[in-house]
Amino acid sequence: MTDVVIIYPEHQEPTEFTRAMLGWRPWLEPLPAEELTDRHRDGLVDPARAKSPYFMLLARDPDILGARTRTDKDIFYNPNAGLPRAERELSAAATSRLNGCIYCASVHARFAAQFSKTPEPVDKLLAEGVDADLGARWNAIVAASVALTAIPLAFDTDSVSALRTAGLDDLAISDAIHGAAFFNWANRLMLTLGVPEAG
Amino acid sequence: MSASVPDVIDRLVGIAPGSRLDLIRAQRQQARDNAQTSYLSLFHPDSTAEMSLSERNAVAMFVAGLHRQADIAAFYAEALGDAALAAAVADAVAAGSGSGPYGHYPAGPLSAEDVEGPVYTAPAALGRRLAAALTHAHLLVFHPRDAAPPALQALIDAGWSTTGIVTLSQLIAFISFQVRVIVGLRALAANPGS
Repeated sequence: MTDVVIIYPEHQEPTEFTRAMLGWRPWLEPLPAEELTDRHRDGLVDPARAKSPYFMLLARDPDILGARTRTDKDIFYNPNAGLPRAERELSAAATSRLNGCIYCASVHARFAAQFSKTPEPVDKLLAEGVDADLGARWNAIVAASVALTAIPLAFDTDSVSALRTAGLDDLAISDAIHGAAFFNWANRLMLTLGVPEAG
Repeated sequence: MSASVPDVIDRLVGIAPGSRLDLIRAQRQQARDNAQTSYLSLFHPDSTAEMSLSERNAVAMFVAGLHRQADIAAFYAEALGDAALAAAVADAVAAGSGSGPYGHYPAGPLSAEDVEGPVYTAPAALGRRLAAALTHAHLLVFHPRDAAPPALQALIDAGWSTTGIVTLSQLIAFISFQVRVIVGLRALAANPGS
C-alpha cells in the first residue's frame, strides 16, 4: 500500500529564504530501494541520488526523471560559452525567489554566491526579493527571470534588448531563458511533492 | 517513445534548420534533445497504466491555456483528438484564468509577502480523475507555494496512484517549462539585434 499521503505533525518548516543547507521531506512514499531496476537507475542518472527522497520519489516515473535531469545538467553545467555559471544560478535563484521555493532558492543562491564569489547581492535578492538592486547586469538577468516566470508572461523583444544592453550575447540570453524556464519546472515539483526542513 | 516525432519546441517556435535560433539551440544540444525526450516520455509513453493519453493531453492543454498560450494549447488539443473534451477544457481555462504567482508562505517573516488569489476547482462533469488533475494543475501553475498534503490526498481520493501523481506533477511542471522556453526563444528570434 503506497498510495498514502505522509504527514509530519511536528514538522518545522524554514520560514525565511536562506543560503543554508536545507533538507526536504516527501509527502508521498519514494520508491523503495529494493524496487530499483536498471531503468530506475538510468532515470536517477547519478547513483548517489538513490539516497535522496526527492529523486527516489521522482524515480517512480524514471523516463521523465532521466530526461529532466539531463536537460537540467546541460542548461546549468555546459561550460562552453554563453552565460557564466554564476549567472545561470542567479536566474534559478531569482525564479525560485519569485515562485516562493525556499528549498530551491537555498541551493541556487549558494551556487550563485560560490561561483560569483560575491555573496552580498545574492543575500540581497533573498532578503528583499526580485526588486532588489543588484547592479545593472544582475538586475537585467533577474528582470528576465521575472518576465518569464510571472503569468501573464511578459518576456518579449524588449526583454531581449535589455539583456543585450547588459552585455549578454545570444547564447547567454538563451541560457538565461532556459535557466528561468527550467526552474519553473523544478520549483513546481519541489514545492508540491514535499516540504523543506532545516538542515 | 518515438524518435520520428519532430522537435516540438522547434516546431512551436518556428525554428528552421540552419537559422540563427537553430544554431543557438545546437550549442546546448543535450538540453535540446532532452527537452524533446521529456516531451516524448510524457506524451508518447511506454505505459499509460497510471495516466491515460487523454488525461495527459487534456492537462497539457489546460496548463498551456492558463499560460495564455493559445497556439500551444491548440497543439495539445489537436493531440487530444476529442472535440467535446477539448471544449470542456477550454471552458475550464476560461474559468481558471488569472495571474500569478501568488500564495502563502509558512507563518513568519515572509507572511508579509503572502498574496491572496483564487482557489480553483474544476467541474465534476469532467470526471473525478480529470477534474482532480485540473484542480491540481491550477494550484501548480498559479500558486504552487500553497501546496500541502490535502491537495495530494484529493488526487488519491479521485483514483490517482502515487506513481500517477508523480507523472501528473512532472507533466504540469514540464509544460510550465516548455511554454517559457517557447515564449523566450520566440522573443530572441524576433529580435536579432544589430
